[in-house]
Amino acid sequence: MVKSKKLSGADIFFESLRRENVEVIFGYPGGATLKIYEKLYDIDFLKHILVRHEQGATHMAEGYAKATGKVGVVLVTSGPGATNTVTGIADAYMDSVPIVVFTGQVPTHLIGNDAFQEADIIGITRPITKHSFLVRDVNDLAPTIRKAFYIASSGRPGPVVVDLPKNMINSECDYEFAEKISIRGYKPNYNGHLNQIKKAAKIISEAKRPLLYVGGGVIMSDSAPELTSFARENNLPVTMTLLGLGAFPGTDKLSMGMLGMHGTYWSNQAVNNCDVLVSLGARFDDRVTGKVDTFATQAYKIHVDIDPTAIDKNVLVDLPIVGDVKKVLAALKSAMPATPQIDDWWNEINSWKKECPLDYDMGDGQLRTQYVLERLCDLTKGDALIVSDVGQHQMHIAQYYKFNHPRSLLNSGGLGTMGFSVPAAIGASFGVKDRQIISISGDGGFQMNIQELITAVANKVPVKFIVINNSFLGMVRQWQELFHAEKYSFTDLGSSNPDFVKIGEALGIPSWSTDKIDEVDMLLEKVLDINDGPSLIEFKVAKEEMVFPMVPSGGSISDMILERLNPKRMV
Amino acid sequence: MKHTISILVENSFGAFDRVATMFSAKGFNLHSLTIGETEIRDISRMTIVTSGDDQIIGQVVKQLNRLIDTVKVYDLTKNDRTERELALITVLYQKGVLEELKNINDIFRGKVVDINNKSITLEITGPPAKINAAVNVLLPYGIKEMARSGTVALKRGDQIKQPRKELESTKL
Repeated sequence: MVKSKKLSGADIFFESLRRENVEVIFGYPGGATLKIYEKLYDIDFLKHILVRHEQGATHMAEGYAKATGKVGVVLVTSGPGATNTVTGIADAYMDSVPIVVFTGQVPTHLIGNDAFQEADIIGITRPITKHSFLVRDVNDLAPTIRKAFYIASSGRPGPVVVDLPKNMINSECDYEFAEKISIRGYKPNYNGHLNQIKKAAKIISEAKRPLLYVGGGVIMSDSAPELTSFARENNLPVTMTLLGLGAFPGTDKLSMGMLGMHGTYWSNQAVNNCDVLVSLGARFDDRVTGKVDTFATQAYKIHVDIDPTAIDKNVLVDLPIVGDVKKVLAALKSAMPATPQIDDWWNEINSWKKECPLDYDMGDGQLRTQYVLERLCDLTKGDALIVSDVGQHQMHIAQYYKFNHPRSLLNSGGLGTMGFSVPAAIGASFGVKDRQIISISGDGGFQMNIQELITAVANKVPVKFIVINNSFLGMVRQWQELFHAEKYSFTDLGSSNPDFVKIGEALGIPSWSTDKIDEVDMLLEKVLDINDGPSLIEFKVAKEEMVFPMVPSGGSISDMILERLNPKRMV
Repeated sequence: MKHTISILVENSFGAFDRVATMFSAKGFNLHSLTIGETEIRDISRMTIVTSGDDQIIGQVVKQLNRLIDTVKVYDLTKNDRTERELALITVLYQKGVLEELKNINDIFRGKVVDINNKSITLEITGPPAKINAAVNVLLPYGIKEMARSGTVALKRGDQIKQPRKELESTKL
């Protein structure tokens, strides 16, 4: 046992972060956290990134965590500092991202008094956190921080909030590193049930039309190698969710691309026609299933997930396996009695691929997002770290960029948070040094956390910011065209959009803009060569481009819209 | 169908709140909720009555288990169990009906816990169905106020396993 010594709450805070091997925190100082920032002045074992808005801090922590697998750490002050983190926390909760958010709080004797900069952040974030703590005794601080990191990163990961009243930070106590802490109500189950795994192996090996349906859990648990060898050994088709992209190489012949609302035609047909559906670390989200009653009705459903609540939540499954998908996949591979014989199934899949390939038309001479992404994929050989925002460009990325590696596509899947890309890409850059990091946003989302460009400049992060400017909130516009009587209500940003190049230049970011197809390669090559700081390209693309195929919300695969049926008079 | 769920929960800040919030966040029904001390110093027992089909109840139990502060969750509906509720019922009475009220109280094996010349307060204990029956009988007399404790329940003693492994701690 280490001999204990007297430390202040602020000292314990940093000592605990050091013990958790934290290398970077994203934060913004304020009244309630002054003592921590006083100590931080002399701390050199970690880097503090000063954000420009606390929402940016949480998305940066998410980007860092998604890109590295480590816990992202946020430090903000009480009241507005804390409430500004809420969207990022909700985002991390939906996508199971391990982050720990430290919020300052008014002193314990003022809690509940409507004190200056007081907000009940524990109450506000209760439904969007995996867990949260209010530290009410400085003696609890060290074990609380240890628990917070453990809970955030184990089992199904998620955000944890630790609320730190000012007097807890300022007061002193005997400090001991909490080697052993106990959480009796939290015991994640990592090993899947062996008999269930054997049963699954038998069913998969006898399947005539099997399909692997892969979600973000495979990436989070670093199971991509296990998945790849299992799929290749058994010649199994692999379709991925938005968060699962990268878990299996997009260029592999077994890869089916994404499924669901904007998934490939052949993926969705395969879901509709498969006889065994193996879900690995996915949660049957409504954007995947569409109308639940008509989802994979012919399939025997096997569901592997570490979170028991994911099972039978949206879709009733036949064979649940609760466990770490990495361990389950390894066990499944060795339990396979035979390789499934599925040549006929592959013939069927390949004919669907020919029937309805992904394509787009630039015959009118206008630049298309799809083209930019194809060129980007080509120039980066599918090896870049792409950080997407939310909307049409996000779906086009999922369709057209062929990800070779896990942790290559960071985006906001569950919550669909516009404004995610810019800060998340910056956050990722503090954990990933050996890959190109490319942030891609629409003109709407880019403006939602545009202030973080300043953080990028201040820290000289070599992120390439790409703005896909179609002068519209494109995805909403698409729904307005298809389902809302072409009333383009408040989605036309065109006349009020700023000059993105001037914004970039004002911040000292080398910036370009083009609407010319033949300038795409030249500009992309230019920014891919800039590695001493951020750079920016605005691509002005066709205003009314749509994302197809599309399964309308709540619809069945058979309702899939493949192309614009009667080309409309354009705006 | 109604289900009685018993939860052993850490006696820590916000733990009860977390359980209650989960019900509203997930849109589950919550008919009654009680909290009280247990034989273990830092653990409380919450007894919850909820309803839903098998899929929903399965989710309720799993979502409760998922909370970090819940140590053990039992769906008692599957077990042989003892369920009790306590009700305090104040009835206004006119001259002449006091005897009737006392008879009703005796039938339900209640206690008279307060009386004055206008009203009488009965304490009735039993399974929730018995309380409902008492309330129905008393309604025509004019119930002035009523407080029900909500259901508390335990599985029968022969089903308890020793030792209670679930209360052991996870060590990091």
